[in-house]
Amino acid sequence: MNAEPIPAISAQQIAGTAFGHDEALVEVRDLTVRFVTRETTVHAVNGVNFSVRPGEVLCILGESGSGKSVTLRAMMRLLPPRRTRIEGSIAIDGQDVLALDKRALGELRGGLVSMIFQEPMTALDPVYTIGTQIAETVLRHKGGSRAAARARALELLELVKIPEAARRLDNYPHELSGGLRQRAMIAMALSCGPRLLLADEPTTALDATVQIQVLILLRRLQRELGMGTIFVTHDLGVAAEIADRIAVMYAGRIVEEGPVADVLRAPLHPYTQGLLASTVHGQSRERDIEAIPGSPPDLRRLAAGCAFAPRCGLVQSECHAAMPEPRYTAAGRMARCVRITQAALAAAE
Amino acid sequence: MSQTAALPATFADETSPAERVRGYWGTVGYRLRHDPVTLFFGAIVLLIVLMAIFAPLLAPFDPYKESVVLRLKPWGYRGHTLGTDELGRDLLSRLIYGARSSLLMGLVPVAIATFLGGTLGVIGGYAGRRVNAVIMRTMDVFYAFPSVLLAVAISGAMGGGMVNGMTALALVFIPAMCRVAETATAQVRSLDFIEAARATGAGTLTIVRYHVLGNVLGPVFIYASSLVSVSILLASGLSFLGLGVKPPTPDWGLMLSTLRQSIYVVPLSCALPGAAIFVTSICFNLVSDGIRSAMDVRL
Repeated sequence: MNAEPIPAISAQQIAGTAFGHDEALVEVRDLTVRFVTRETTVHAVNGVNFSVRPGEVLCILGESGSGKSVTLRAMMRLLPPRRTRIEGSIAIDGQDVLALDKRALGELRGGLVSMIFQEPMTALDPVYTIGTQIAETVLRHKGGSRAAARARALELLELVKIPEAARRLDNYPHELSGGLRQRAMIAMALSCGPRLLLADEPTTALDATVQIQVLILLRRLQRELGMGTIFVTHDLGVAAEIADRIAVMYAGRIVEEGPVADVLRAPLHPYTQGLLASTVHGQSRERDIEAIPGSPPDLRRLAAGCAFAPRCGLVQSECHAAMPEPRYTAAGRMARCVRITQAALAAAE
Repeated sequence: MSQTAALPATFADETSPAERVRGYWGTVGYRLRHDPVTLFFGAIVLLIVLMAIFAPLLAPFDPYKESVVLRLKPWGYRGHTLGTDELGRDLLSRLIYGARSSLLMGLVPVAIATFLGGTLGVIGGYAGRRVNAVIMRTMDVFYAFPSVLLAVAISGAMGGGMVNGMTALALVFIPAMCRVAETATAQVRSLDFIEAARATGAGTLTIVRYHVLGNVLGPVFIYASSLVSVSILLASGLSFLGLGVKPPTPDWGLMLSTLRQSIYVVPLSCALPGAAIFVTSICFNLVSDGIRSAMDVRL
């Protein structure tokens, strides 16, 4: 890292140099998602920018209610249209997702973009065999005969390393273990060769040992198939395992972003630092795990300043004035904190 | 059934199930075959159905043939195994033929109500909001009346007869059927696999036809099977009141009504139509219970 004080560079400059628009698979700009009811408005996502290159894994890290799942769903327009206000722009493979009509959206979903859900028990239909469900998706996008679709389903089950795949085709979801179910769901997501995979905490509901197996499988498939991947998780360990880059979300904003090693080794934002300090990583038994004091802000009433300020140990008067603009310490290395120049210096020394 | 529980975590993904894999309907069939109660009562239902179908072959006498000299004869009188009724007609023959109208009145209204009520319920449950409000509040109006009273009122207004009786019963069952379908649909609608289906590009029609119907037909079918016995009872009630099947058609409810005046002459014969109604209705009920528990994958 540069030893000289780094002036805050504008987002446009960085965007021009680090991730050129032409090569990005995903471009999300100023994404805002609000849930409007008669009584209140929930500001779930408040101006999120990121991009993903083909074959890259971006991990969105954040606690519950930070807006990470909402961001994913907005990218597929899965949020209920009546109550949701989405602003900004989402471009996937050059298509403006927010402007797509119903038919184009149907082709995008499952074709260009696929999604894996958190709970494999409820995300598979209990009354159909997994073979039928995968074949149904294949038929919907690729057409062809039922037999061909079934053959493709078998291929996919083998691809995700389900043992005795031929027999498992005729299993119902409840007849499979959690790990196998999640593999079946991955197979379904991959059935039409998506270029972008959205994974919404796909390992959270699994046992620790199965979690690793599924992660390794996902990483391998992602590399072999060259899929861009957005992986949402609250688990730093999972992020470290699978991510190329990490974006840390807090109160609907990305507060820090960068390559996985940089973010985890030298976090710039106090929130990321707090997250790292609060994980178990071989510290002595006597020492208490440091928790971040307080709780996340109420998304119905967001204050003007930095959303993390009320919980931040390093808070300054500046923090309450306005949400700090993104500041870059290097290309693709961003944090939204007023202390960023000092922090970068300290890290370099 | 489920292999998930007992396996050691590490090998959970790799262990093959010891049990032979059978599909959902395979499991349901297996459970039914190993459920003696359901099998026994199912066999009786089957016998009743066969009896209704082959009534002309089984009945020893013409059920319409009246005789002044043979009125209210006891059991076993001159070949009349179960005696004769107040017009001298053979009771056994009339009971066998009576199964026809009872089964028709039991099954047809339920089938109509399942189709219409189920459709309305799925539409209301999936569409939600205003559509749901309109459909369900309309159904609530029907709910305000007790079902027996409603059936009597409707068929009374339309006049007696089998078709009007069946229409009245169907109208009575539609609100209940609609509510069951609506509840099941609303539950399914909020589940993850519907969102997952949408994420694979499925349109609303596909989701309703494939995912919603697949999950709603089970509970709807179970509820419908339990309504059959209610329908048989209500139909008998209508006939008893003279609002259902018209004489001289043999019908258990009607027979109960006419024979009741002779209860001191041939008490045993008087009880027969009632017993037939009771047995048929309870058999349908128990079979429905058996199917319900066999179809629940989580048990």
